[in-house]
Amino acid sequence: MSTVDTAELERQERLRRHESDAPSSPVMRFGPDQPLRLDGGSSIAPWQIAYQTYGTLNEARTNAILICHALTGDQHVANDHPVTGKPGWWTTMVGPGRPIDTDRFYVICANVLGGCMGTTGPASTNPQTGRAFGLDFPVVTIRDMVRAQAMLVSALGIDTLFSVVGGSMGGMQVLQWAADYPARVFSAIAIATSHRHSSQNIAFHEVGRQAVMADPDWRSGRYMEDGVNPKKGLAVARMAAHITYMSDASLHAKFGRNLQDRERLTFGFDADFQIESYLRHQGMSFVDRFDANSYLYVTRAMDYFDLAADHGGVLAQVFRGSKTRFCVVSFTSDWLFPTSESRAVVHALNAAGASVSFVEIDTDRGHDSFLLDIPEQYRIVRGFLTGAARQRGIPGPASAVAGE
Amino acid sequence: MVVPTLPSADVRVDFKLIADLVAPGSRVLDIGCENGALLELLEQTRGVDARGLEISPAGVRNCVARGLAVIQGDADSDLDQYPDQAFDYVILSQTIQATRNPRHVLENLLRIGRKAIVSFPNFGHYDVRIRLLLGGRMPVSSRLPYSWYDTPNIHFCTIRDFVSLADEVGATVEKAIALDVNGVKLPFNAPWWVWNLIGAQGLFLLSKS
Repeated sequence: MSTVDTAELERQERLRRHESDAPSSPVMRFGPDQPLRLDGGSSIAPWQIAYQTYGTLNEARTNAILICHALTGDQHVANDHPVTGKPGWWTTMVGPGRPIDTDRFYVICANVLGGCMGTTGPASTNPQTGRAFGLDFPVVTIRDMVRAQAMLVSALGIDTLFSVVGGSMGGMQVLQWAADYPARVFSAIAIATSHRHSSQNIAFHEVGRQAVMADPDWRSGRYMEDGVNPKKGLAVARMAAHITYMSDASLHAKFGRNLQDRERLTFGFDADFQIESYLRHQGMSFVDRFDANSYLYVTRAMDYFDLAADHGGVLAQVFRGSKTRFCVVSFTSDWLFPTSESRAVVHALNAAGASVSFVEIDTDRGHDSFLLDIPEQYRIVRGFLTGAARQRGIPGPASAVAGE
Repeated sequence: MVVPTLPSADVRVDFKLIADLVAPGSRVLDIGCENGALLELLEQTRGVDARGLEISPAGVRNCVARGLAVIQGDADSDLDQYPDQAFDYVILSQTIQATRNPRHVLENLLRIGRKAIVSFPNFGHYDVRIRLLLGGRMPVSSRLPYSWYDTPNIHFCTIRDFVSLADEVGATVEKAIALDVNGVKLPFNAPWWVWNLIGAQGLFLLSKS
């Protein structure tokens, strides 16, 4: 890991800890009179939600698109990240002339509840104790995240969103939005997602959480006060998770059995193989931009997600009477959120008589495809939003850019 | 389902005949909607709420990029998911002969839609009969371009066969049209056996009371 600059990473960690209370992005604060009610039975107050916006809200307030980020994403969709300095996580999808065209739409993205980039979460300072919440923070759900977003959207003066868009955990939020606030969601794009977290996915998350909690520096979640960080545990969690975001074929194509900076096997436990080195790098670069406790909470929220469970176990019941126009997208090589799960959502939407488009995109790049440069995905999102905008009576995205 | 038994979708004359059967402002499901040409025509000329089902990923992609609500799936396995009477019309154009279980598909059409519109190439057409009778081989022509071993059309039928299937599943034939080889409506009425001989395509409007 000689390529990792430890001083730079420590600087990033300090920045990130600062972001969790005082984000560099806009933040909406809700006082004691506006508590956030939680599925677990408790509520939080005061609380805050950090967000980014791009583009301009039209006079009729009908062109707002909410983007929901995935597990380790944040509100910095299309701007340089304040901690890592890297470009936003969806700059190929969101921006001027892009399918989610910021010249035409007012785009909002908020850090999720339980996150660590400025929305209230375990890394935030508990006003009652003056120290980080840690495990005193209540366990939250996808629905709680969406409830928080709905309060933000209202506070921004927007009643109905033109579209809600997200992949993976973001897609769960999209479906939850459509279920809980059908009248406020004109259209919805759910990518590489499911109506419930599968047993296999819960299992992977549990491995990640156990890795964090097994790190002696975790200290029952009180690491911040002790000035330490369970980096090793979180890095292992990230390494394991990262494998699930790719596919056997893409790993083989990218790394094969290639050796890392060496001619032959060392007969030791260094990173002999490129894939090992790659994963170690993924793990190390993650821990300084993400809070370990946040990782526990947000993975837990995904595990608890089961849309039909709140509606008598019948998924179609969730969407009964929905006027929302849905677009569901899956990827052939995604084994974390396989096409069969998207199909179950589509079948439920059909059974409910909802308007739905569904495409399975052929790619070998696994679950992470939704974040990658896949022209087919842009064409679908652009086309779907064009049709929806026509129905809504607002200008659609610019026509396709070169190469799309 | 992409079954190119006819000229390309944009010039298909039979689409206009289908559109004429559809009441304005109704809810329509087009099964095997290919690139969405018929759905778009219906949306633009009849103001319908148009939905589609298409098996080929490229077809679905084109449809969604045109702003149509279309899902990837096929007539054999995905129709069971739709509720009863969900649509005013369910259209199956040039596809029934490529399904594994045409009877089940037709029953589903009549369950999902208040009315079903079905068109198909007529295997009783004189050209087909002559090729089989005199050539002694399975007919291959510009309209039926596949050899027997690679054709997606696994359940060909004649107009009379279809009428008896409709009868068997309890459907009422509200309207029947025979089209010539160019997809143009035959401009006269005739007994079934005449249409079965000179019609290149059958187009039916069915309902189930």
